[in-house]
Amino acid sequence: MGVLAELAYWQQTSIRVVVGVVAVLIPAGTLVYLHLFKMVSFMQSRLGPMEAGPYGSLQLMAEVGKFLQKEDIFPRKADRFVFAAAPFVVLASTFLLVVVLPGGPDAWFIQNDIGIYLALAVSSVSVIGILMAGWGSASKYSLIGGLRATGQLIAYELPLILAVVGVVIQAETMNLQGIVFAQADGEMFGWGGLGNPFILTQFVGFAVFMIAMQAELTQTPFDMPVAESELVTGYMTEYSGLRFLLFFIGEFATAGVFSAIAAVLFLGGWYVPGLEPTDNLFNVLGPVVLMAKVVMLAFLIFWFRFTFPRFREDQLQRLAWKFLIPIALANIVVTGVLKIAF
Amino acid sequence: MKLVPGLVKGLRVTGMTIVRTVFPKRGIKTLIPAPSLGAATVQYPHVKEAPPTRARGVIALHVENCTACMLCARECPDWCIYIEGHKEKAPPRRAGGKPRQRNKLDRFDIDYALCMFCGICVEVCPFEALFWSPEYEFSEPRIADLLHDQDRLSEWMETVPDFEDYEAGSEAKKLKVPPT
Repeated sequence: MGVLAELAYWQQTSIRVVVGVVAVLIPAGTLVYLHLFKMVSFMQSRLGPMEAGPYGSLQLMAEVGKFLQKEDIFPRKADRFVFAAAPFVVLASTFLLVVVLPGGPDAWFIQNDIGIYLALAVSSVSVIGILMAGWGSASKYSLIGGLRATGQLIAYELPLILAVVGVVIQAETMNLQGIVFAQADGEMFGWGGLGNPFILTQFVGFAVFMIAMQAELTQTPFDMPVAESELVTGYMTEYSGLRFLLFFIGEFATAGVFSAIAAVLFLGGWYVPGLEPTDNLFNVLGPVVLMAKVVMLAFLIFWFRFTFPRFREDQLQRLAWKFLIPIALANIVVTGVLKIAF
Repeated sequence: MKLVPGLVKGLRVTGMTIVRTVFPKRGIKTLIPAPSLGAATVQYPHVKEAPPTRARGVIALHVENCTACMLCARECPDWCIYIEGHKEKAPPRRAGGKPRQRNKLDRFDIDYALCMFCGICVEVCPFEALFWSPEYEFSEPRIADLLHDQDRLSEWMETVPDFEDYEAGSEAKKLKVPPT
């Protein structure tokens, strides 16, 4: 937070922690209510939760209360420490991800020049948590689910990163704040009215990023690791109560944070056309704008999630290795050539 | 690549369902969201849909028709029907005749905790004493209360819908006795 530079270290840190928690939980709650509860219900011609609060808006509170009441069960043969720590590892990866997000010209958690690289690196930490959960549960469903999740996350990490490279080439920086400024200051054929959101020039990268993101989040159609008809819920099978809730929060918070990263990379992040990108107003307006873009991108994620049936394991791997990665590589080559040509 | 049109079609189907559910109104009011009108479901405890008249909700007993013949209890796959009765003398049909012997029903219980709603008892009853009622709200906090006795089963008779004519071409079946 650039605006807080004159405060003491502990004050800055406290504010960062609080804002970080809010920045993780608010999008997660919004996505679960707006998309998982309501949009999907409308998609199936029903109303969804309507009883808890006006239009069921407090349903999430009820769900959290329900999970907190439940017993924290450990399977008898579980590796207790690994089993207990796994959800926290997954959640830690989410909290580390949110750190790189810029919310305005001066509203950022950390400012560093390897922003997107850091984000993609810490997003892989969740694989370790999932593998820990799968192994520590001492259950066949969990183990198969954990291994499938690992194979899938590793396979889709690659197109995810390669899709980002195109943006990085075009923006000439890996700093997420820099990428926002590059889009805000950009011009389309000499006309700078809308800036230059990279979704236009990097549409292929955007498509690959969204598909790979869907797989990273293990959302349907890429939910082979938690395929409920064969694996109960995969690596989450043996979890109950608070730890299951942590996995649940982790899943949707990561969906929110990944949508935010996609919004920063391809939709111009906190910037809306019409104002100067350095305008002080953006420190307040920016997070709201970013949130609106997150909701839009998450709509796509959940739209796909509740429209398409599940991929088979081999189809899933084939899509990543034989389809997305070549496209992403070609996108990098074309972007690089055009970058030098113009 | 040849899968793309199918994928787009799928997205269109779910997307159009959202639009139809949230904006069901037509004409100038189209932009007013009214999901409670557009949804195909109703909010159950507040709004109740009338079940189809032939729905299998609960089994009602018409006590006067029952002869305690035990056919239903014997055919019941779950053995959830308990019948007790005794023989009693009834006045003769004609003056000077012998008094008739008749089965009198003492106990007729259906344990709905065991019942699997197969309807075999209704089918098998030769005296039209058992009927399906579409009533479905008879859950109980205590499992023992799911044992419905003769009186409770008779109360369900009020909810049995009127005997409906069978469809054309099956007039022969009309001989079946309608509930009284």
